[in-house]
Parts: sequence; structure tokens; C-alpha cells
Amino acid sequence: MMKQDTAKPFDVIIIGGGATGAGTARDCSRRGLRVLLVERFDISTGATGRNHGLLHSGARYAVTDQESAKECIKENMILRRIASHCVEETDGLFLTLPEDDIAYQAKFVEACSQAGIRAEIIDPKEALRLEPSANPSLVGAVRVPDGAVDPFRLTASNIMDAKEHGATILTYHEVTELLREQNRIVGVKVLDHRTKEVKSYYASVVVNAGGIWGHNIAKLAGITINMLPAKGALLIFGHRVNNIVLNRCRKPADADILVPGDTICLIGTTSSRVPFEEVDDMRVTPEEVDLLLREGEKLSPLLARTRILRAYAGVRPLVASDDDPSGRNVSRGIVLLDHAVRDGMEGFVTITGGKLMTYRLMAEWTTDLVCKKLNVSAKCDTAEEKLPGSRESGEEVGKKIISMPKTQRNATISRHGDLAEKLARNTTTLDNSLVCECEEVSVGEVKYALNELDVHNLVDLRRRTRVGMGTCQGELCACRAAGLMSSLHKYCTRRAKEDLASFLNERWKGMAPIAWGDTLRESEYMAWVYESVCGLTLSQKQE
Amino acid sequence: MNLQEHNVSDNNFEQCIKCTVCTVYCPVAAVNPDFPGPKQAGPDGERLRLKKNNFYDETLKYCLNCKRCEVACPSNVKIGDIIQAARIKYSEKKFKLRDFILANTDLVGTLSSPFAPVVNGVLGLRPTKAVLDSVLKIDHRRVFPKYAFGTFESWYKKNEAARQSSFPTQVSYFHGCYVNYNNPQLGKDLIKVMNALGVGVRLLDKEKCCGVALISNGFIEQAKKQAKMNIEAIRESVLAKNMPVIATSSTCAFTIRDEYPHLLSVDNADVREQVELATRYVYRLMARQGVKLKFKQNQKIRVAYHTPCHMEKLGWAYYSIELLKLIPNVELTVLDSQCCGIAGTYGFKKENYKTSQDIGESLFRQIEACDIDYVVTDCETCKWQIEMSTSKRCEHPISILAKALE
Repeated sequence: MMKQDTAKPFDVIIIGGGATGAGTARDCSRRGLRVLLVERFDISTGATGRNHGLLHSGARYAVTDQESAKECIKENMILRRIASHCVEETDGLFLTLPEDDIAYQAKFVEACSQAGIRAEIIDPKEALRLEPSANPSLVGAVRVPDGAVDPFRLTASNIMDAKEHGATILTYHEVTELLREQNRIVGVKVLDHRTKEVKSYYASVVVNAGGIWGHNIAKLAGITINMLPAKGALLIFGHRVNNIVLNRCRKPADADILVPGDTICLIGTTSSRVPFEEVDDMRVTPEEVDLLLREGEKLSPLLARTRILRAYAGVRPLVASDDDPSGRNVSRGIVLLDHAVRDGMEGFVTITGGKLMTYRLMAEWTTDLVCKKLNVSAKCDTAEEKLPGSRESGEEVGKKIISMPKTQRNATISRHGDLAEKLARNTTTLDNSLVCECEEVSVGEVKYALNELDVHNLVDLRRRTRVGMGTCQGELCACRAAGLMSSLHKYCTRRAKEDLASFLNERWKGMAPIAWGDTLRESEYMAWVYESVCGLTLSQKQE
Repeated sequence: MNLQEHNVSDNNFEQCIKCTVCTVYCPVAAVNPDFPGPKQAGPDGERLRLKKNNFYDETLKYCLNCKRCEVACPSNVKIGDIIQAARIKYSEKKFKLRDFILANTDLVGTLSSPFAPVVNGVLGLRPTKAVLDSVLKIDHRRVFPKYAFGTFESWYKKNEAARQSSFPTQVSYFHGCYVNYNNPQLGKDLIKVMNALGVGVRLLDKEKCCGVALISNGFIEQAKKQAKMNIEAIRESVLAKNMPVIATSSTCAFTIRDEYPHLLSVDNADVREQVELATRYVYRLMARQGVKLKFKQNQKIRVAYHTPCHMEKLGWAYYSIELLKLIPNVELTVLDSQCCGIAGTYGFKKENYKTSQDIGESLFRQIEACDIDYVVTDCETCKWQIEMSTSKRCEHPISILAKALE
């Protein structure tokens, strides 16, 4: 191992490549700061990539937490504008079922209007006409401006904008040490997982945007943040059952949101405390699957008969108030800690709590604080300036890549927005052939992702393109994608095989908790193709 | 733990495990790169269309609805039905005079039959073909089936109706448009065969075109109307009169049995098992009940059997083949089961002509290599295609059987 001190000076180092870190990198770089973002794995690997992908209207929080509700609806409207290619304007319904108290509906609508959320009571029959998959026994329905947001696209787009404004992004760089001079953090020591090099980077301010892992990052500075890891499990169904977000009109509880996201739909979530030792390897339990199905069927009875693709879980970074060490008084709001004020540690800031919906606001607050420390007066413009991909309408982009087959063209535009235009450069027949058939990902799109979107392995590629996210879960596409990566010299043949095996194992991890019926049949077929026919040996990572 | 024990949803495409064998067996995908193939057009595409209807791709019109994908599928996915249903649901179709003419086989037949000699002559003329090609986009290379002078129905009512009702056992005959307007001889052959077996042949109270061409050309409401009328008439025959319904056309039989419930939502469960193919009925009568026929001691007939796609889907080619084997002096070759390419009205359309002929190419070669008197098949459009594209005559197995009878 080599120790390397990099000379390039930075104003701010951001730790964490989730939505918050990416948003902060974008905001800081747009305000003229020299930015370095370090992430131990790929972008959006933590809670960012492991949630509902719900574009909250805020209605869910209206009764219990007006502040969060107001933040949500404001950010909701901003994201529709600045991140249109990551957002689907589906609207949402809050259903009152016979077992729910209909009196809650009036209270709910009142709270929504207080928070500035459009909430319209509609006739149950009208609700069923709008969303035929909803439970037909519903007795009440309220329509709100919920939607779906793709967190992978959103994060990638923020990263892209940050890079356009000069930010340096280092994925697979894990912070091992916070560099400290007396009572000031002056930089970070990182381990490059790909080269095994250890490097040091220096900046005036270090931002800890590590989500639940921010707990350990703060510890490196000897600082304790009272974080409480809360696990949330979800199920992904094979296709869209609903086209409007379905919620229950009652106090927020387990498994009461069904979100249509891209080609699939998701039911979630559960909520349970887990010890810190488990946060790196979340497993969905049979009890959680049962609960999700039981409650999900109440929103849409069709779920009882719909194929489940995967189960997965994320960890919310909940933070207990500083004056309440017992952890009972947990906030779901945004927590911005200036450690100079809180702990007497200069040059170190932690941003945590909050939710995907408020990532931009969290980034704005953080950047405001960083700018204050650096005496920079530039104003935030991230609520107005559109993200890369959202700057032109889908129809306009479609005209530029008209030579692509129609389904492929629509799929590509839905994933990359106006950046799909870059695929027009691909003109060979091979570029128009498919890597992933379930999600219509072409060779050209994979090449674009490999060349421009910081992809180092198949899992990274999946996050950028949906390769392997369809019903076959990598059965047909994984080997093609690995082959392409190898032929484009992303890695050697040996690494390609290892990557392929680890990708398939990662897919299996999500299938195992719900491995029955056609999902099991398909995974058996997949194992037969890869192991028995192609002779792929699975790495030791396989359990 | 809840294992979703009843997890076969209405969305049958979820049973697809992406093995892709359907696309391997698709005759269109093999020759036309514009067609995405059954896997992509069917289960894969359906998932995308459920996301947003702009994922519907007009290239689905290249599917010739042969259902060979469904026969190949080990997961029992109704791939062909998914594709046809998507066309019905999403296609923004503009009315085309050509499609209307091609789809309304009985209307056009009714108009043409009284003037058959003139119509046949005119349709064969090069200027007519040029006009059909340029104005209607019906390919000029296509040879039209000849219209008969006078329909089978009118012949039957005049000459046979009374005699047939004197038989102790009777069946209803769904003759279809082809027998009625183009080839009444096949209907007459069927009567000869059935009578020889001691069975009288009656007609349904009312028979409408089965509607297969209406479905494939997107005239769904009309197809539904005709389907309902046919099922009513079939019910009358099967349930009230206790007479099963037999058809000589494999496509008519397939449409009534499977397409009515799957694509038109016309329920036929109470009579479906009583609608079958003439060859199956005859074979089972001879093989199971030992009914004997008297055959001529004539010279050898060499025939080659072609399995139409819908016979493959019905799983009934066996009966036609075995029936042919029961005829003495018939020397039978069974051709490889493959699509001839015409698929009803599909091959008549200018834009499909090349695909149609490319699909049939290897079949035509195999036929030409056979030293035979006739190609034999249960489907009339296969017959047109084979007679147009090879030097051989093509006959229905029932006609071959009738020829061999004393």
C-alpha cells in the first residue's frame, strides 16, 4: 500500500454518495466551491436506493408532522420542475377501508390544506374508476399530488451537474480516517477499494453525509451522534398493478403505501430498530414478507396473485434529539449539525435525518452553512435550475433519436431524459440490439453508461440503466453486459466472470425471501443456464 | 408463511421465464427483422405497455397469429393472445378499405358468388391486379381463390336438406366461407364421407363467418357480434338437438374454440368440446367404434400432409394424419410442421408479401422435392399459398377420403 497526498486543494469534501451527498456536491459546486465527493461504494447504494421511490406530497405527514408535510409539498413541486425526467406525476389516493375510521378523513384533509397540499375527497366509485386495482371495498378516497421518483436517476443527475461544475467524484473510496489538526478537521484519508491505494485529501470543510453510516464517520472525529438505525423492508412486484400511488387514510403505519415505479410497483414499508452491526447486510425476514403481503392486499387485492420479483430493505438514519439520550423522541426531520458549535470541532458538518424528498433542501441548508464558514456569499439556485436530463421534453428528444426502435426509444428517454440524445451517436445495428430485454436497454445505452456514468461493475450499471431489474433478474442480460464491459476494457475476462457471479448472487439475495412460484422457477432456470450450461462457478461470497 | 398459493394472476405473462423458445419457433422473427418476436412483443412488451401505452409498437401487426409460440412455450403463456389483445387494445387503427374487403369474407363472397365467372376472370386480369396493388395495396403477385358459381348453402338446401335429416345420427356442419363461396365440392365430399359412415350432415340454423379475418384486421365489434350469433346457433345444435358441430376448416374450428373466449370474451365453455374438426370426428368414429368404410381398389395416391399452424395449436394434426393412413393405397409423407406464410389475409397485403413468401420458402422446397400427387392439408389458406407457390395441387383430407370411397 502506498500513501499518497494529493496536492489539489478543495474547499469542501463531502462524504457519502447518496441523494443528500450528491445534492450537496451539486449545490456547492454551483456556488463556485471546489468540491470533492467520496463514496465507499457506488452512488445511491444506501438508503437512497432502498426506499419506495415515492414523491411524497407530504399528505402522509400532514396530521402528525406539519413541518415535514410543508417541506415535502414544497420540494415535491420543485422536483417536478427541476427533475422532470426522474419524476412521474401519478397522483396518489388515500383510501379509507371499512376497518379504518372515516372520521380521520376530515382531519386528514384539514391538515393537508393547512400544509398547502391539494387534497380532494372523491367518490369511492370515482376512485375505482381512476385506479381499478384499488380495494373495491373502500369507503372513502382522497386524491393528493403524490408521485413516483427514481432515486438512482435523481442522484446520478445531481452528480452529473456537480461534475459539470467542476466537482471531483470518487466512488469506491472509503474514508478510513478524518485528518485532524487540533480541534479542526482538515481532510480525509481514503482507501481506494479498486486499487487498494490509500490517499489523503484536504479541504476547509468536511461534510458528513453518510446516512446511517454517518454515525461511524462522526466517531472517527470522536463525536457521538445519537442515531437509531430503522430498517424498512419492501416488496417489488413484477409489473405495475396500479398507476396511482395508493396509501391508507389513517395514522402512518406499516406497509400502507403502494407505489408504481417504472415498470414495477412496490409495497412498503415495515419499520423496526436494528443494531448497527447489521446495517451493512440487511435481510428481509419471512415475518416481514408476510406483513407486507397481508397489508398490501388490503390496498390492492390483486397483489395476492401478482408475482413478486424481490424483497429488500433499507436503513433510515433516524436521529434522537441531543437532549434525549433514550432515543424515544425521534425526529424524521432534517438534522444539520455544525460540530464547531455542538462539539467544538471546526471544519466538520453532519447532515442527516430527513428523507429522499427533502434531499435538495438538506443540501441547500448544508451548503449555506459551508458557505458561511468559507465566507462565500453565492446564493442557492438548485430549486430553479433544471437537472441534466430534465432540460428538454421527451417528445423533443424522441425526434433526435427517431432511428431507434420505438419501445427502446421510449424506454431510453424515460431513463435518461434529454441525455438520451447522446445515444444518437450510436449508429451501428449492434448499438440498437438489446442487452436487457425486460427493460429494453440497448447496447448503445450500456456503452453510454460505461463511458460517461462512472460504471465500474454490473451493479453500478444496473443503477444507471435498469439492466437486470426486470423479471428475468439478470438471466439474459447479465452475461451480455459483462461481455460488453470486458470488450470495452472495463475489466479483464477473469474479473468479468467474478463480477457476473457476484451480480447474480446479489440478484439472488433479493429473490431468496420470496422464492416461490414463477420467481423460483425462473431462478432455477437461471442457475441452470449459468452454472450447468455455461459452467460459471459462483464465488465464495455465495452462501 | 403466505406463499401466495394462488399466484397465477390474470396477467398470464408473468409465468414467462424468458427462455425465449417462442422466438426461436416464430416464423416471422426468422425472416423479418422489423418484428421484435413473440417474447418481446408479448410478455416483455405487455409489462412495458402496462407502464405506459406509448410502449405499444405498431410492428406487432407483423404477428401472423400462427400461435406456434404458444405451442412452443413450456410455461403455458398465451403469447399469441397477448399480442393480439394488445393490437385490439392499443392500435390506433385507421379504417382501410382493403382491410374491410379482406376481413369481410362472407360479404364479399355473397356479392361475388352470383357473378363468379366474371369475378374470377376479372380478378385474374393484369390490369385488375395492378389496380388492386396500387390502390388497395393487395399484392399483385397474389393469386386469388376462385369463387364458385352458386353457394354451398343454396346447393345444400335445394338438393340435400331433406335426405340428410333422415339419418339416425346427425352432425351440424360449420362449412365456413371458403366452402360456401369458393369450394362447395369439399362440402359435398364431407357429406359423401359422413353418409358412408351412416351420419347425416345438417347445417346450423344460422352460420356467420367465424370472424378470424375480422379479428386479425381489427374489426372487433363486428367479430364479437358474429361470434355471439354463431355460439347461439351452436348451442341450439349441441344442447337442444344433441348434434355436435364439425368443421372442415382448421382455422374456423380453432377460432370458435379458442379465439372466441380469449380475444372476444365470448363464452363458449358449455359447447366448446362439441365443436371439432371433421377429420378428428371421422377418425375417432372409425378407430374407436370400428365403423368400416368401403374403399375403391384404385391405384396408389401419393400425398404429403402439411400441418397448418392452427392444427398444431389444436394438437389435432394427428387425427388427419392417422385418418389418411387408414385409406388403402395412400402413400403418405408427413412434411415438417412449419408455417406456409399466408396466415389468412396476412399474405394478401402488399407489405407482407415478401415476409409471407420468405416464411414459406423452405416448405415449398420440401414439397417440390416430394414425388407426390397432392399436398393435403386442413386449412384453405394454406392450400392457396401452396398452390400458388408450388407446382402441386392441394386438397383437404376429407376430399382425398371421398375420392377413395366406393
